[in-house]
Amino acid sequence: MGLLDKEFSEGNIVISNVEDLFNWARLSSIWQLGFGLACCAIEMMATSMSHYDFDRFGVIPRNTPRQADAIIISGTVTLKMATRIKRLYEQMPDPKYIISMGSCANCGGPYWEHGYHVLKGIDRIIPVDVYVPGCPPRPEALLEGLLKLQEKIRNESLRKKSA
Amino acid sequence: MKNPEEIFNLLKEKFGDSILGIDKDTPTEAIISINPGQIHRVSKFLRENEELKFDSLMCLSGVDDANGEKIKEEDGSEIIKGGTLSVYYHLHSVDLKHKITLKVSTPREDPKVESVENIWKSANWHEREAFDLVGIVFLNHPDLRRILMPYDWDEFTEEISRHPLRKDYKNPEFYQGMKVPY
Repeated sequence: MGLLDKEFSEGNIVISNVEDLFNWARLSSIWQLGFGLACCAIEMMATSMSHYDFDRFGVIPRNTPRQADAIIISGTVTLKMATRIKRLYEQMPDPKYIISMGSCANCGGPYWEHGYHVLKGIDRIIPVDVYVPGCPPRPEALLEGLLKLQEKIRNESLRKKSA
Repeated sequence: MKNPEEIFNLLKEKFGDSILGIDKDTPTEAIISINPGQIHRVSKFLRENEELKFDSLMCLSGVDDANGEKIKEEDGSEIIKGGTLSVYYHLHSVDLKHKITLKVSTPREDPKVESVENIWKSANWHEREAFDLVGIVFLNHPDLRRILMPYDWDEFTEEISRHPLRKDYKNPEFYQGMKVPY
């Protein structure tokens, strides 16, 4: 990763470049917006609990969009909720990331044809970084999604907005 | 405890022509049909009468009977003209341990039913739901707003897309700039 590889002999100075340092800091403390929608949210909560321990990746729920880095769309997005999610997303400061969790958020899931009230995919209103398939995805799948997001952040450049 | 026949006879005695009939050929409780303009009076009687004491409205549902004339549109879909929409009331007496179902039917083009909100408070949200999804207007309801669909649904949709559980409902193309169909 090139961050901590150049260490001076005393041990309290390291040399890195700004890009690596920023990316390392960002990917190591992804604070997610404390927000859940449907059955996927139950799996998301299970991921936060001690068995799977989201916190070991630096993910903690934050109850305000102003201080959140990522939003996990965990469940069915109704049209009524979609307008609220868009508002929440706009209230988050850059850089911000989105994990679309489960079939409903990805593409409408089981509601794709007759769900008169369901938005068929959250990517119709906000840009998604990582899609996690499943109905609902197991905590392992969500963790995998998070690792993918970390990978994406690790390769970001200051010159471009996202990798 | 009273059987449906006895309840029907009691109502018939009291309200006469407002009680339209009884259907006993049902898998659960018998269904008594009532004039939509009289449902409030009948409900009040059912609740307050010492022999009936229906103190609980277990469920209230709006139903599209789809019994009108079906007209084919150019794109193959159907719209329904005429016929009725119905409301079903599932009542239960906790005290006397008997149950009954009431039904009122109202014309599709002008669906109006009296509210029973001030008799059973549980009717409040149930009636809002029937109004929201089937489009039945409950007279004298204190707060008849949509409960599930967005409050501004009407502003973005055509007449045929107002109430999603009508049988001839058509999904709108867009709501607030978001595409609705898959």
